[in-house]
Amino acid sequence: MHTLVCQPADAPALFSAEGLVGVVFLLTVALVVTGALIAVNARRLVRAVSGLAICFTGLAGVYYFLLSPFLAMMQMLIYVGAVSILIAFGIMMATPEEQQATGMHSKATLAGPLAFSVAALIFAALTLLGLKTEWQVFPRQGTFDIKEVGLSLLTTHGLVFELISIVLLLAIIGALVLAQKGRN
Amino acid sequence: METSMWHALLYLVGIMAFAGVNAAWLGWCERKGAARIQRRIGPCEAGFAGLLQPLADGLKLLSKQLLVPQGVDGIIFRVAPVLAMIPAITSMAVIPFSENIGARAMELSVLLLFALASIAMIAILLGGWASGNKYALISSARAVSQNLAYEIPMLLTVITVVMISGSMNLRDIAIDQQGGFWHWNIFRLENGHFLTMWISFIIFFICAIAETNRAPFDMAEAESELVAGFMTEYGSMGFGLFMMGEYLNIVVGACLTAVLFLGGWDCPFGLTPGIWWFLLKIYILIFTFIWIRWTYPRTQIYRLLNLSWKILIPFSLANLMVTAALIKVF
Repeated sequence: MHTLVCQPADAPALFSAEGLVGVVFLLTVALVVTGALIAVNARRLVRAVSGLAICFTGLAGVYYFLLSPFLAMMQMLIYVGAVSILIAFGIMMATPEEQQATGMHSKATLAGPLAFSVAALIFAALTLLGLKTEWQVFPRQGTFDIKEVGLSLLTTHGLVFELISIVLLLAIIGALVLAQKGRN
Repeated sequence: METSMWHALLYLVGIMAFAGVNAAWLGWCERKGAARIQRRIGPCEAGFAGLLQPLADGLKLLSKQLLVPQGVDGIIFRVAPVLAMIPAITSMAVIPFSENIGARAMELSVLLLFALASIAMIAILLGGWASGNKYALISSARAVSQNLAYEIPMLLTVITVVMISGSMNLRDIAIDQQGGFWHWNIFRLENGHFLTMWISFIIFFICAIAETNRAPFDMAEAESELVAGFMTEYGSMGFGLFMMGEYLNIVVGACLTAVLFLGGWDCPFGLTPGIWWFLLKIYILIFTFIWIRWTYPRTQIYRLLNLSWKILIPFSLANLMVTAALIKVF
């Protein structure tokens, strides 16, 4: 695995290993952006969910490039395999196949430019931050394999782990209560 | 691990060939198996014992018009069959066929297989929805609720294997079981794992049948109620791709079962381990898939879901506890 820290001056040739890796990286980023655009702009809800799934897949690729394959797999398993499918499921159950077009509303003409300018400001700020900051590269400590992730999850971050399990328990109980009401 | 370009290309071609041959001829195997179980002969006209039938079928499917009916969601309708094929072929990249044959011995390959399986689920969901047909929609809703329900006990039983082997790498899991059938995870003597692992194996195999949407759990394509389920509107190669995807999923399921529980490429008596043992194991498992399909009648959807939520999940949770206790005690 390569760490992708290369200066523009010594950019690798396209057909070397590093060059191909760079092309794959650009493809994953393109996947994220395309997916997000589809998710926002699609008229049909199921297409929007498909765009969301594409975006999640691209994000998994970005995680892989950030040297954490475990997170990438989990992103695929949970966000693509469970979250998108559950959303799609909800849409399919809720509306008949004649989809209502999610067109422009009168409020959108007001809120749209406002939201766009806020988003542009945040983007500009983050880009400036990224470009101006003197980034220090820390040497990697440990191998970040799954064993280490598990150990730190159960020792250093034990409290968080327990809190998450309480949240899940509450979610399960809430679902049970709702389902019971629906049945009566 | 060798990383030259030729290495990657060879595996690419080899895996595509293995996937293509299996996807085509497992259809023949299924028809022959079904026929024999029902006291018929099955395909016998094209070639010896009908062995050329898949080629004839393939040519027929390829030469038919790719029909996109009115009122379907064009893009998703065309993409769904392709999405059904891709994850099954990609999964083969991490399967260790023998000690030296395996495209990529990736850490976390078990997780990768399950991540890819979730894409196949999306393909069924989108294909059924995009058809704009109520039967197809009901079918894909069934398929997804079934796959979500059976993924849980499947992952729980896989965790028992991962705990015993201490690795998520399929190759390491297989190497851990070398040296005779008493080392295989299903009959493993050490730590007394044979007490519970056969239960794991049975749960895993039931889940594998359910995850590949095979009878007796083929609620998604129950032809007596739903025409052909999510494939109703598909003709020509769209239908062909869905069928090939189903057979490839069976192959991947059999490979996974062989590696996780049956020692991968190991010989039962510790002699001459190699790829032939692996192939023997997966084809016995695939035959079992066909055997079960044509022996048992289809269940009902609520029974199917009850089986998972009320029986398999509690059993697999208990199994997980006992396995962990066995590892701690010994």
